Amino acid sequence: MAEASYPEDLKYHAEHDWARIDGDQATFGITWYAQDALGEVVFFDPPEVGASVSKDEAYAEVESVKAVSDVFAPLSGEIVEVNEALADSPEKVNSDPYGEGWMVKVKLSDASEVDELMDVGAYKELLQAGS
Amino acid sequence: MPPAADTLRRTPLFDRHERAGARLVPFAGWEMPVQYEGIRQEHVAVRTTAGVFDVSHMGEIETSGPQAEELLQRLLSNDVTKIAERGAQYSVLCREDGGVLDDLFTYRLGPNRFLTVTNASNHEKDLAWFREHAGDLDAEVADAHGRWAMLAVQGPDARAAVEAIAEGELPARMRTAEVRVAGVDCLACGTGYTGEDGVELLTPPDGAPDVWDALLERGVVPAGLGARDTLRLEVCFHLYGNDLSEDRNPIEAGLGWCCKLDTGFIGADALRGTRPEQTLVPFAFTGAGIPRQGNAVRTQHGEGVVTSGSLSPCLELGIGMAYVPVAAAEPGTELEVDVRGKQRTAEVREKPLYRKETSG
Repeated sequence: MAEASYPEDLKYHAEHDWARIDGDQATFGITWYAQDALGEVVFFDPPEVGASVSKDEAYAEVESVKAVSDVFAPLSGEIVEVNEALADSPEKVNSDPYGEGWMVKVKLSDASEVDELMDVGAYKELLQAGS
Repeated sequence: MPPAADTLRRTPLFDRHERAGARLVPFAGWEMPVQYEGIRQEHVAVRTTAGVFDVSHMGEIETSGPQAEELLQRLLSNDVTKIAERGAQYSVLCREDGGVLDDLFTYRLGPNRFLTVTNASNHEKDLAWFREHAGDLDAEVADAHGRWAMLAVQGPDARAAVEAIAEGELPARMRTAEVRVAGVDCLACGTGYTGEDGVELLTPPDGAPDVWDALLERGVVPAGLGARDTLRLEVCFHLYGNDLSEDRNPIEAGLGWCCKLDTGFIGADALRGTRPEQTLVPFAFTGAGIPRQGNAVRTQHGEGVVTSGSLSPCLELGIGMAYVPVAAAEPGTELEVDVRGKQRTAEVREKPLYRKETSG
């Protein structure tokens, strides 16, 4: 499993999800902390392309051997792509949570929501406060 | 957040778990390791080499005296007179109405001396039940929980690993023997909960760390309660609180084989002639998904409920056990399992769900 890391270029949500913003689109995934808390990911149940997601609401589930965890949308929009590779290799969520372990790409419906997310410094503070 | 640590009990191996990098969780009032490196690795280690579980949270009741056998025959569903000296036997403890209070292993340590291993969450309840029904008999019921720690060493290489540090011969399957392991006087039992060969070692609490350390030095892998659950589920062993409860009787649970009604145990009258509407079956998913406890089951013959569910690390499928209408219990019967709103397809399977490939 990868070492703890929180890239500088991402935006973070308090439910331990990240967003990589690229114009009016964003890629979503779960943070190192989230995958570590869950343990080895053995199943990712993706949403459908075309489905809409709402900020702060669950859009998918990720499962370890013992537990099920909701994955929350850091931003609102419409799903334009899901990471099909996770069907066969869900463990990529553990080994590369910010790269090959990405979950969905979303066309954002309200770019101003980005301002409500945390930068890496604020997210690390949140983790420290919680531990 | 877990409750404050001071409200949870710790086994004599607590610092060993921390040292081994365990993830510790509250379990039945104890702070127990759910995993170390990962459930899947630990599961595979037990299937292919050897693993050691700290199961010191499990309770023990010692029943002794001239009428100890009579008392246990009254309480336990199996025929206690059939336990040879140094033998072991599985049974359930029933209420008068047949509801299951616990499932238990009982060892006969001497002609009139028995040790019964309880589930941690049921220990106090079992002890009270034993005492309540001992009234008129010349038998003593003692809480032996504080006297023992318990290590389950399981896997194809488990016996060899224990033998290498033992003085004396290990017991055969379903037998017990007093053996010195790593310099500690142990009661070794040829039992387990994984479907693999191995032994369970009852040790004095202060001796448990020496046994643990010596096993790890022999390459035995620390395994947590997470792997213990997936291992038992693959071989369809019941878990109390999931597959067994006071609301189910042992006939429904498929444990009629250990209910000897002629012995007149408490609950036998209620079970005589019962024709259950539902029965516990193993199943496997035929597509994606992982079943979980509490998921609703639909069959052509009516509804049911999942009592245990997980991903099977060996089969790489969602597997589980469910109570279903008796008419839907035949292996091959199609089931539909509602996993948080998604309908997943499954079929009833033969027991065990996982069977070791025999070398040929």
